[in-house]
Amino acid sequence: MNPKCDRCDRPAEVHEIDVKKGVQIHLCRECAIEAGFQLPDSPPVTKVLSDLASMQVQIATGSGQRASSCSSCGTTFGRFRKTGLLGCPQCYETFAKQLEPVIARSQNGAGTHVGRRPDRDADRADHQALRRSILDEIERAVASEQYERAAKLRDRLQSIAEGPAS
Amino acid sequence: MKLERGGPWIETGGPEGDVVVSSRARLARNLVGFPFVNQASGDQCREILRLVRTLDLSDHSMQWLDVMDLDDADRQLLVERHLVSRNFIDADTPRGLFIGDGERLSMMVNEEDHLRMQVLLPGCELREAWRRASDIDRKLEQNVELAVHPRWGYVTACPTNVGTAIRFSVMTHLPALRMTNEIERLRRAANALDLAVRGFYGEGSESTGDFYQVSNQITLGVSDADLLERFIETIVPRIVEYERMARRMMLDRSRMQLEDRVHRSLGLLRSARLLGVEEAMKHLSRIRLGVSMGLLEELKLSTVQRLFLDVQPGHLRMNNPDLSSPSTMVNPGQTGEEEIRLRRAEIVRNALSS
Ligand SMILES: [Zn+2]
Ligand SMILES: [Zn+2]
Repeated sequence: MNPKCDRCDRPAEVHEIDVKKGVQIHLCRECAIEAGFQLPDSPPVTKVLSDLASMQVQIATGSGQRASSCSSCGTTFGRFRKTGLLGCPQCYETFAKQLEPVIARSQNGAGTHVGRRPDRDADRADHQALRRSILDEIERAVASEQYERAAKLRDRLQSIAEGPAS
Repeated sequence: MKLERGGPWIETGGPEGDVVVSSRARLARNLVGFPFVNQASGDQCREILRLVRTLDLSDHSMQWLDVMDLDDADRQLLVERHLVSRNFIDADTPRGLFIGDGERLSMMVNEEDHLRMQVLLPGCELREAWRRASDIDRKLEQNVELAVHPRWGYVTACPTNVGTAIRFSVMTHLPALRMTNEIERLRRAANALDLAVRGFYGEGSESTGDFYQVSNQITLGVSDADLLERFIETIVPRIVEYERMARRMMLDRSRMQLEDRVHRSLGLLRSARLLGVEEAMKHLSRIRLGVSMGLLEELKLSTVQRLFLDVQPGHLRMNNPDLSSPSTMVNPGQTGEEEIRLRRAEIVRNALSS
């Protein structure tokens, strides 16, 4: 296989794959330049976060009405701007307005989750609390050398999630 | 700490194994009732560990590692095996790691997010990786309460990961695209499709050994199932076909130059007395290409694949315990660095000897 240029009969020197269309393109040097296939100097991989800083400055100066810190974890929007990290799930409510453009920009404009979510039929909050209280009991049982009781509690820990078959 | 010899990394013969070294599905999850790790106290981090380490997540037996108990050599090994991130291993928050099923499955607890799990399989096996990761996700949600936002889905400490919070990636070996200067085009095409292209050890290790890790940047607005189909139907086959096309072209047009390069690399690795890791990976890459193309029938792909791991500093120390501490050097006249390069050359020479 020695592909010729798609547009003329000269040997192809540029071999591009158009990933979106799924076709291979073979062009000679002249036709490639004509078609605008210049070799750029390595374009950097999209760095979303480096773009955020300037954007957030605009947001911060543009509005006076927005929450300044999260009531649940104390994170301020200034801290987020510096670290790129939020402090807790509640921050997504606290800073919803400011986060909206940040998220849209990093997600190619998308704004709403599509797909699975945790199954909410059973009350997982109860499961998590129950796990913690059983773990406490196991620790107390072990501390007072009630190993049989600890073993039973461990079995119970493993069966929390099983519940009635669905 | 006890690790198997190389986990999924040294297995070859997976689907499209000539180009696709491994497939990975990674998920980030956080628990309700705790701040994210960056705002959590030591006690809160320890409580998360206590809650999670007792979970029965897999039918496979899982090993639990308390990262605080590991020495530097073990930490280095985990990074080289792609089981943990450098940030995770170097942080000083209380944190732990599950490893199971021959290192195919691992979960970092208290990295940037409370839970970051990955399923890593040899070859092009994204669908199976995703299936196994989803199983664990379901077991998680039956036992703990995962944080979700009504609009943005699974929430993460960094808001650019919200939505499905899932990353698919394939580690591809693209020496022919590199030799024919096609990598920049691949990068541009990948960027247009919102894919990230990184090196063997992530950001900053670009092009080491001609390995390129391709992963999705978008996690919101597309379901995990749709994203998976996109990878399996379009992205991976086209990258594989592109690399194979470049290989065929080199064979058709410049077979002698190609054979010359491959055999020179083999000659170099069979003769070198001192070998740096970058140099070793560069020539191993050409040998891997030669073996994949049937130009080096005396060597097995698995021998070459294993060497990519065995030349890493942590693995060199693991396989040469007498190297482990600079104070117990074998040849006191030599510097530690030279001793390591000498051992690396020895290991490569022995493995490739005819
Ligand atoms: Zn032409
Ligand atoms: Zn918060």
